[in-house]
Amino acid sequence: MKQTTLIYKMIMAATGLFLCFFLVIHLLGNLQLLLPEAEARAQFNWYSHLLSGNILIKIISYVLYLSLIGHAVYALLITLKNNKANGQKYAYDKRGSVSTWNSRNMGILGAIILIFLVIHFKDYWYEYKFGGLPLDGKGNKDLYAIVISSFQQGWYIIIYEISFLALGFHLLHGFFSATRTIGLYHPKYAKAVRVFGWIYSLLITLGFMLIPLYIYFNLNL
Amino acid sequence: MKLYLKVWRQEHRESKGKMIDYEVGGISVHMSFLEMLDMLNERLIQKGERVIEFDHDCREGICGACGMMINGRAHGPLSGTTTCQLHMRSFKDGETVYIEPFRAAAFPVLRDLKIDRSSFDHIIQAGGYISTSTGQAPEANSLPISHDTTEAAFDAAACIGCGACVATCKNSSAALFTSAKVSHLVLLPQGKLESANRVIKMVNQMDEEGFGHCSNTEACEVECPQEISVLHIGRMNFHYNKALILRK
Repeated sequence: MKQTTLIYKMIMAATGLFLCFFLVIHLLGNLQLLLPEAEARAQFNWYSHLLSGNILIKIISYVLYLSLIGHAVYALLITLKNNKANGQKYAYDKRGSVSTWNSRNMGILGAIILIFLVIHFKDYWYEYKFGGLPLDGKGNKDLYAIVISSFQQGWYIIIYEISFLALGFHLLHGFFSATRTIGLYHPKYAKAVRVFGWIYSLLITLGFMLIPLYIYFNLNL
Repeated sequence: MKLYLKVWRQEHRESKGKMIDYEVGGISVHMSFLEMLDMLNERLIQKGERVIEFDHDCREGICGACGMMINGRAHGPLSGTTTCQLHMRSFKDGETVYIEPFRAAAFPVLRDLKIDRSSFDHIIQAGGYISTSTGQAPEANSLPISHDTTEAAFDAAACIGCGACVATCKNSSAALFTSAKVSHLVLLPQGKLESANRVIKMVNQMDEEGFGHCSNTEACEVECPQEISVLHIGRMNFHYNKALILRK
């Protein structure tokens, strides 16, 4: 099939919406960290063990890796093509005054999220899979301990909060943009989806931002 | 009033251009932007210099011939206007005004502010038509079309092809133009017959001309003199995806 600009954008939309769906699941899982400490440790470690052993989750995780890589690679290809399409630059450019900042800078926001993901994967995903984690009372790997200890450091919290803000603005444009790319054009539903996208972005962003702050201020071990 | 202009001057397609400064006094606030340029050109002729070339035709805001970047905005500081409908009352005495051609790889500069928009014609030629046998006009009532449908098709057909959507797009995407043309035909019964082939051909041609991707920043709708809705881009995407899935 010929790879047109619209097909490129469809790949961005499909991978992006899958990642949006994943964020919901990820946030719901993370909310267990807000339980009282002893309960949270057992619950969170049990949950991590459950996910790592499940074949269905394994399949979905491969889709997730592919989506992340695909979303980033296609974003790069699209940006290269766009730069070529632009030709000579304007000597004086005020085009930004008619669109939102985040809609024009999805690439920068995406790059921040990508850097964050490298740190995030290294510290938890890699440690869980390949690092020798101690076991908790029930014999599950104690992921809870390294999560809590990493969020005792102020600079670590700052990296996370900045990344979540970038994610929030990325979602704010990305969610609605994906639905437009898929072909939603009915004015009533386009409006409804846009409002839904705002609420979704706000909840996801605030949810993720809350957890590190909660741990930092409440669980000073 | 008096303005300090910085105008893009370029000899021909292959030559390198640059911004040249002009001091223009004696401007009336009632002049249109193009009349101000006419006045400057007359003075250039009297001095024996080459005039600043720019496209224009009807000067009523309905033909789509004129169009330039004024102070970094397509068709100037107002939303939903063509350059010819912009008046000097929108500027302040003593202001510096940057005037550049619409920029995109698919819109090569021919001279000064004049660009080649043939790429738009090629998109239309690729599918912006209906195939029908000519002959006597059929009885109008044999093809019922509701008033709402007519209006919706007209809203899309109002596109004058000025190119402001491409010029203002951060990716130089022609999505608004192409989608307006796709929409106005697909809404009507005459255009529905070839809708699948049309949208694929027009999108392929749009890519071939070297336009960029649509990022849905929606800047195009703001700068479009006809205020063509970005929802048409959604409709084009819908019909394109549908055509890809259903074609044999």
